[in-house]
Amino acid sequence: MGVNSLIEVSKRNILIWLSSLNIGNKNIEKIYNQLDDLRNLWYMSVNNINKLNNIGSQVKEKIIKNRNEEYLKNVLNILEEKNVDVITIYDKNYPEYLKNIYDRPYVLYTKGSIIKDDEFAVAVVGSRKSTAYGKWVTEKLVKDLTKFGITIVSGLAAGIDSIAHKAAIESNGRTIAVLGNGLDVIYPKRNKELYREIEKKGAIVTEYFLGVEPYKYNFPQRNRIISGLSLGVIIVEAKEKSGSLITCHHALEQGKEVFAVPGNINSIFSRGTNKLIKEGAKLVMDVEDILEELYVLQERVREVKKENIDYSNLSQMEIKVVELIKEGPVHCDIIVYKTGMNISTINSILTILELKGIIKEIGGGYFALL
Amino acid sequence: MYSKVRTCVLQGLNGYIVEVETDLSKGLPVFNIVGLPDTSIKESKERVRTAIKNSGFEFPLSRITVNLAPANLKKEGSQLDLAIAVGILKASDIIKDNIHDSIVFLGELSLDGRINTIEGALPMIISMRENNIKKCIVPYGNKDECAVVEDVEIIPVESLNQVVNFLNGSENISPYKCKNSPMLDEEGIFDVDFSDIKGQEGLKRALEVAAAGSHNILIIGPPGAGKTMAAKRLPTILPKLTFDEAIEVTKIYSISGLLDSNSLIRKRPFRAPHHTSSQVSLIGGGRIPKPGEVSLAHNGVLFLDEILEFNKNVLEVLRQPMEDGVVTISRANASITYPSKFMLVASMNPCPCGYYGDPYHECTCSQNSIDRYLSKLSSPLLDRIDIHVEVMPVNYKDLNNDTNVETSKDIRERVNLAREIQIRRYKKDKIYSNSQLNPRNIKKYCKLTKEAELVLKEAFNKYKFSARTYNKILKVSRTIADLDAEEKILEGHVLEAVRYRSLDKKYWG
Repeated sequence: MGVNSLIEVSKRNILIWLSSLNIGNKNIEKIYNQLDDLRNLWYMSVNNINKLNNIGSQVKEKIIKNRNEEYLKNVLNILEEKNVDVITIYDKNYPEYLKNIYDRPYVLYTKGSIIKDDEFAVAVVGSRKSTAYGKWVTEKLVKDLTKFGITIVSGLAAGIDSIAHKAAIESNGRTIAVLGNGLDVIYPKRNKELYREIEKKGAIVTEYFLGVEPYKYNFPQRNRIISGLSLGVIIVEAKEKSGSLITCHHALEQGKEVFAVPGNINSIFSRGTNKLIKEGAKLVMDVEDILEELYVLQERVREVKKENIDYSNLSQMEIKVVELIKEGPVHCDIIVYKTGMNISTINSILTILELKGIIKEIGGGYFALL
Repeated sequence: MYSKVRTCVLQGLNGYIVEVETDLSKGLPVFNIVGLPDTSIKESKERVRTAIKNSGFEFPLSRITVNLAPANLKKEGSQLDLAIAVGILKASDIIKDNIHDSIVFLGELSLDGRINTIEGALPMIISMRENNIKKCIVPYGNKDECAVVEDVEIIPVESLNQVVNFLNGSENISPYKCKNSPMLDEEGIFDVDFSDIKGQEGLKRALEVAAAGSHNILIIGPPGAGKTMAAKRLPTILPKLTFDEAIEVTKIYSISGLLDSNSLIRKRPFRAPHHTSSQVSLIGGGRIPKPGEVSLAHNGVLFLDEILEFNKNVLEVLRQPMEDGVVTISRANASITYPSKFMLVASMNPCPCGYYGDPYHECTCSQNSIDRYLSKLSSPLLDRIDIHVEVMPVNYKDLNNDTNVETSKDIRERVNLAREIQIRRYKKDKIYSNSQLNPRNIKKYCKLTKEAELVLKEAFNKYKFSARTYNKILKVSRTIADLDAEEKILEGHVLEAVRYRSLDKKYWG
């Protein structure tokens, strides 16, 4: 048939096919581990399929029943129609961090785009019901983080999650939303607008095939991807029992940093975070507290600062000085000798650059980028 | 047989005219001096008696009473010798003349009748001018110093005989006039120069600004950064002394007996007391109160190297003289005020081992010991320091540094111009430099352009200045503007001044 030539039964397509059958990630993993080549699944005898270990009979039935190219073709067509990108573990653009986590997702459906710089990501999560304080903290932290080109990962849930996404978009940063349902289901409904925005300015990611409803048990699963995509997880507000604490649990398992924002001890919305701090999570008061722990981000911040210097409102001489300081901390004497300007002019320029928030004195006449 | 001659005594820097009354009466030969004389005057009896005899005159064999009026003023100093001797000679009719009533006699007698030099001649002459005295007989050795004051006729004498001859009209001594104009524009000659210092442009500039406005300056940095080296070269860029300033300085040196050339001091004083100095040596004092280092540094520089090595209570006594510009010393027998408008230059290490913050050495101090070390400098003292600079040793290896380094002469020219502007501006306010501006004067003289005001406001918000720091920055900006000969303070001047702002938050936070 002509159709056959168009549909390639590749390992990648097998994964998509399995996922479209709503076979859970755990089961996919078991199959993946038992076969030398996933493609075999397509051609295996029914007998052999039934012999697969630890796989439920319902799953086996699904596999046997849907092994036809017509179905696979249909799946791929729908995905293309709905503008959904698929990333499987066979793909080069599969996020590096996710590869090594426990229970890694074999297939990810995305809208928007995940770019290389999204490696520098921090998750900001918190309870669905938030307080004015939680909103304020989230907005402040997110704005400071995005300023340094750090991507904000969250779960598109109501409350802190939504606030984090919104704040990232407002400050022109990148943000990734990880869903617990299919990409064509928008939950909660009122986030429809936000969903579109994120699609444009970041990415929406899920491991669930189209049409999967936001089942309660999907969310804890989703949280492992949130922490997996990030270098660290900031929990802004959480009650004593909260989904955010599951994210925290995943983060610890994956060896990621956990940050918690303190609150009043009589606020039920901060009981969870306060408890985390008590148990050893890093207390966050400002963005510096986060950068302090994450060495990779510090590098990033330095790079971004270098790139982000706004030369438009600097004079010719000021640019000259900034160019020198960009190379690393430098003493004002050296600036004098290298630019040939006199010290009194240099002193004025240094102050004005300091006022403009581009450089700072690190002591003893040495200057560095802020 | 009565006579009256005039002389002068000092109280602090002020001279008072004293009338020496001599009476010879019949009776057993005695020689009494009354009118609160101190020991050196009581001893003068012996010098006067012998000197008169050895000059070939007859010492009267009668009851001699000498009264020093006003009788309630304590008198000290050997310069009264000559007046007492002249009084006796006049009373015994050896000196005939009575026209010379208005002459003031100063001089210490030697046993052979020669007249020795005295201490404090200049301040005495200056107070005589204020008292409208036109003629004065002074020891030959003091003539240069005294001739500085042009309104008073100076008759230099070498011996008692000469005085007698002069008064009797048999010898004419023409009044001594200073050959050169007292304010010589000659450049001082120094064996060090600013061009000796490689690098440290920031520090050099800060010293230039400090010298131009006479601002107090604190230099913080590890050993080997060049703090002391630069400070030692500060005298080479200090502005010229004005005539009034020179007289003030010379007066102080005159009463301290530190005037070596016996003429007007033309270089700004640079005093660098060792850090073992006591309170008294710094402030002044003693049984007969003498000026201390703060007064000797008047109109000049007081350099405290390693200021934190000084005793804490020694440093604290600096506060009042720095604030008031005068120091008042009270002792049992006198209360004396000396001027003390000096520019403080202090250097210090950032920690006991010296290497805190040094990129090339590790600091071995504990935070505790650093805190203890820094706490020696109290914030009231820090508040009085306008310019703070941090220095670090800089590695110039990879710089082929062919840029011509400025010499002290270049810098001094700029400093002189800036200071002249200030002196002209503050003529009516009786101050000499920007550092002496009080808050009211700051408002009057530190006018900023709109842009400068804006920048200052921005800086104020960013660095959270205190009101005092704000004023300091205005004063320093004024000086920087003067160095540029600008009437109004421009944006660039404020921006540079901000660089020299207080480091108290960083170190003493």
